[in-house]
Amino acid sequence: MRTKQLFLVAIALMVSPALLFGAGTISGKVTYTGTPAKQKTIDMSKEPTCAKQHTTPVTTETVVTGPNNVLENVVVYISAGAPDESSAPAQAVTFTQKGCQYIPHVLAMRTGQELKVVNDDQTSHNIHPLAKVNREWNKSQPPGTPPLSEKFDKEEFIPVKCNVHPWMHGYFAVLKTSHYSISGDNGGFSLPNLPPGKYTVTAWQEDYGTQTQDVTITGNETKTVDFAFKAKPY
Amino acid sequence: MNEVSKRLFLSVALIVSTAMPLMAQEAHVGNLTGHAANGKKLYRRFCIGCHGPLGDGNGENAPWIDPKPRDFTAATFKCRSTPTGTLPTDQDLYNSVGRGFYNSNMPHWDALTDQNRIDLVAFIKTFSPRWTTEKPGDPITIPPEPAVTMQSITHGAELFQKMECWKCHGQQGRGDGPSAPTLTDSKDQPIRPYNFAAGGDDSRFKCGVTNQDVYRIFMTGLDGTPMPSFADVIQPNDAWDLVHFLRTLQTTRHSKENEVLKAAGGKIPVKAPDAGSDNKGSGGGQ
Repeated sequence: MRTKQLFLVAIALMVSPALLFGAGTISGKVTYTGTPAKQKTIDMSKEPTCAKQHTTPVTTETVVTGPNNVLENVVVYISAGAPDESSAPAQAVTFTQKGCQYIPHVLAMRTGQELKVVNDDQTSHNIHPLAKVNREWNKSQPPGTPPLSEKFDKEEFIPVKCNVHPWMHGYFAVLKTSHYSISGDNGGFSLPNLPPGKYTVTAWQEDYGTQTQDVTITGNETKTVDFAFKAKPY
Repeated sequence: MNEVSKRLFLSVALIVSTAMPLMAQEAHVGNLTGHAANGKKLYRRFCIGCHGPLGDGNGENAPWIDPKPRDFTAATFKCRSTPTGTLPTDQDLYNSVGRGFYNSNMPHWDALTDQNRIDLVAFIKTFSPRWTTEKPGDPITIPPEPAVTMQSITHGAELFQKMECWKCHGQQGRGDGPSAPTLTDSKDQPIRPYNFAAGGDDSRFKCGVTNQDVYRIFMTGLDGTPMPSFADVIQPNDAWDLVHFLRTLQTTRHSKENEVLKAAGGKIPVKAPDAGSDNKGSGGGQ
């Protein structure tokens, strides 16, 4: 009986090392205190092919908030303590230009991971990632041309813009770790599959900067870590 | 260690540590070899006033000039024969120093000898660690230029519409397109697109004067500026057609392209019914 139990445990351990080593989760919410600056309305009249795609006014997305004072588009990631991961995932991430906006506004990817840039509009865009650590490049993408395939080799938060349409702003969060999560419309993020250890969690918001917290995982538990950014009034 | 010998030690350490990368850096063009150590003296004499002691473009003249001097610490250069996002070749930098930059305060340095120039190129490369970790890009291949014909010019005009160059450059290439007023370079300085209609026979481009230079400009892009690379979206032969059309925007310049256009009646036939060459760019969207 005992042997059988031991045997089953051994099988389970072989199948799922996480059961032996533990796979904890760090999750939480990102909120703000104070009053954020109002987002500006974008005037797309110079680009009628985009303007007509929007039935409600379009605003800038520097600070995107949700009910209960939550912040969206905050990149939360393990900045220290995670084991080094060598190769990037084979799957590409996609950055889409639609309605003269970037979707998503903040796109996270691994260093060396393929980035596909798609132009879904009837107008030309140029993709201009203003990298300082990675190489800065600038490519034109007329409508109807195939997606561009690019990648970045170094960790960096890169602002992206289109020179033709000055209101278009986005970010590439190029990270060394695959343990990242971008806060959604409920301000929530989740970093699962963490073996026991000491971690530093960093939250980055494009206007409010970064905050860090240290978290220790001992087994399979879920640790709640919340971030609260002080909103800038302008 | 007493105070004097401590200071001496630190000074020596500082000199050695700053000289170490310098001693390694070289530049090669043809059978010229440049050395950074020699370039340093020349830089101090000729370049430091604009480009600054740290090579970051913040020389004492910088507040008064526009466009701003190149920031060598970023290692992003406009005039290259290499693809966007890659380092220029030594030849590219050597040419830039000699030729200067049209419509800017960078003069063409004919006061310098060839050896001076190549030494300066070697020294400029010491301002950024990129030069030790990356190789320059592979220069793009420029196929031989085909004949200038009305067909080539007409096709070029179609590309000018399709690639939406007019959004910044304007329908007559005067730098007055709808996006022109809001253009900023990568350091957030306002910047204007090239005005093809100005200058007559004397007009030059930022990176040269020949048709090859024009070809190179839009096929590699001017890194650090709003001008992107079109290498992924224009075929090499089509690129030559665009070059020929662009020359006709230089309306007061004597050129083969303008002769051919004049001989054909002076007007470029347009394909799409509402995209005549006299229209102000009304936002596209055909």
